[in-house]
Amino acid sequence: MNDNETSRTGAVDVAYVARLARLSLTPEETAQFQRQLEDILAYVGQLAALDVEGVEPTAHAVPARNVFREDVARPGLPPEEALANAPSARQGLFIVPKIVE
Amino acid sequence: MTSPAPEFLASIGLETHVQLRTASKLFCGCARAFGAPPNTLVCPVCLGLPGAMPTVNREAVRLTVRAGLLLDCEIGLRSKFDRKSYFYPDMPKNYQISQYDRPLCIGGKLEIEVGGARKTIRLTRIHLEEDVGKSLHFESSSGVDFNRAGAPLMEIVSEPDLATPDEAMAYLLALKQILVYGGISDANLEEGNVRCDINVSVRPAGATRLGTKAEIKNMNTFKGVHRALTYEIERQIRVLRAGGAIRQETRRWDDAAGRTEAMRSKEDAHDYRYFPEPDLLPIELTAEEVAAWRADLPERPAARRARFVAAYGLPEYDAGVLTAEKAIADYFEAVARACGNFKAASNWVMTEVLRALGERQMDIAQLRVTPAALAALIGLVERKVITMPTAKEVFAHLFERGGDPEAIVKEKGLAQVSDTGAIDALAEAAIAAHPSVAADYRAGKKPALQFLVGQVMKASRGKANPQLAAEALKRKLEG
Repeated sequence: MNDNETSRTGAVDVAYVARLARLSLTPEETAQFQRQLEDILAYVGQLAALDVEGVEPTAHAVPARNVFREDVARPGLPPEEALANAPSARQGLFIVPKIVE
Repeated sequence: MTSPAPEFLASIGLETHVQLRTASKLFCGCARAFGAPPNTLVCPVCLGLPGAMPTVNREAVRLTVRAGLLLDCEIGLRSKFDRKSYFYPDMPKNYQISQYDRPLCIGGKLEIEVGGARKTIRLTRIHLEEDVGKSLHFESSSGVDFNRAGAPLMEIVSEPDLATPDEAMAYLLALKQILVYGGISDANLEEGNVRCDINVSVRPAGATRLGTKAEIKNMNTFKGVHRALTYEIERQIRVLRAGGAIRQETRRWDDAAGRTEAMRSKEDAHDYRYFPEPDLLPIELTAEEVAAWRADLPERPAARRARFVAAYGLPEYDAGVLTAEKAIADYFEAVARACGNFKAASNWVMTEVLRALGERQMDIAQLRVTPAALAALIGLVERKVITMPTAKEVFAHLFERGGDPEAIVKEKGLAQVSDTGAIDALAEAAIAAHPSVAADYRAGKKPALQFLVGQVMKASRGKANPQLAAEALKRKLEG
């Protein structure tokens, strides 16, 4: 989780997170998730009691690293397969609602 | 161009995205290529289909570290990838795999030169991420092509050390040159290999804190960067002069209208909610690995330019022209070493070679004149076997068909005529054909001799030794 206001203060702003995630929640859902997420954070928050001074942050629990592939190009999907699940396609393109910035 | 208002200072930082020169994409084996029909270089990974798992392209990591070494960065021996939340149709996963707190390269610097003054621009970091797809906009919808999605992209972030649009331009050109030198990127702007975001702020001269910055997104030409900066710096100064405040916001450059316009304010648009990418393991490089990569670095363009001046006695300007492209610098050095005549090698490469390539719009890689052949040609002129005009004729042959200059000279009978009997005859004929010029010379108009030498050269089809011709003419006119 990013060190946004959420984890730093221990409080969750569900409405804010929902907006970032493009989720539209009813007021009831917002209140429910607010409670649930606060419970989860409180539970995980027990870890804060541990002294982790000098311990490297862990991004991965698996003791493996450096899994690489060689730089060799190979064919991908045939275009009709690539576009098979597109709600709409034209001239080989995925068609989406008009993008406005 | 300097700052339009000396009482204001601008601070410019650039985030430059450069596509790496790999055969395949960053996390899948789809080809990294430009110009293929839409959605023909895609697979479940770069289309973001559920369950598809990425694997890191080793070469992309090597090239990013190579860039970092060329730009004096510290290499992050422990590096990892992170997810950056990003909702936009050109990114099908709704997140981009990037690097947040553990980039491959940290710090670094790049030296630029503007108007004869050198300046060091500090870099913040270089990280590796995946490119997004390309959107095309229609009347009532947009279309997305994912061929580019997942291509390896290096983001080079500079500190706000650039002060003018000219400096920004010089920075981008120097960056491009070094990346092409290193074989890291083709840095082809037409193919979208280099794109950049601008951060720019202005503040009153003397103020220690930087002003509020605006970000201008997605610039894809260097000239556009220059124009956008020129406009934006003036706009911000205008706002401040009128007593207004700059809003921290993202702006878009409208190239046709020649101005920037607000896109969105920064409020919460930039909460990307990064978190470690669970599908990719960390990267750990060893000091030995990095040392080996360092040992493999090419000479940097600025160092090479300085060495050309020192080692070959070339003027700064010539050294700059010859080192602008690595392949040309390599070619010049091969010729210079083979013939030992540095000045002649530089003259030939800068004039004949570059002119001929330019006329045919050819790349030096396609040049048929090998360095050994050009060196041999220079040797023939030096030893006076052929004259300079003949040498140019031989060069034209070599340019079209390649081959060995000595063989061409023999085959075509182009060797310089140093037979005094033959030259005497040509001199007599020239004098006889131009009696008034001869009279001028005898009357004291010494430059008239050059005209007659020219006639002798012409009659010999460029093969006469010009010095012998001049001597023969003088002898006959004065004797």
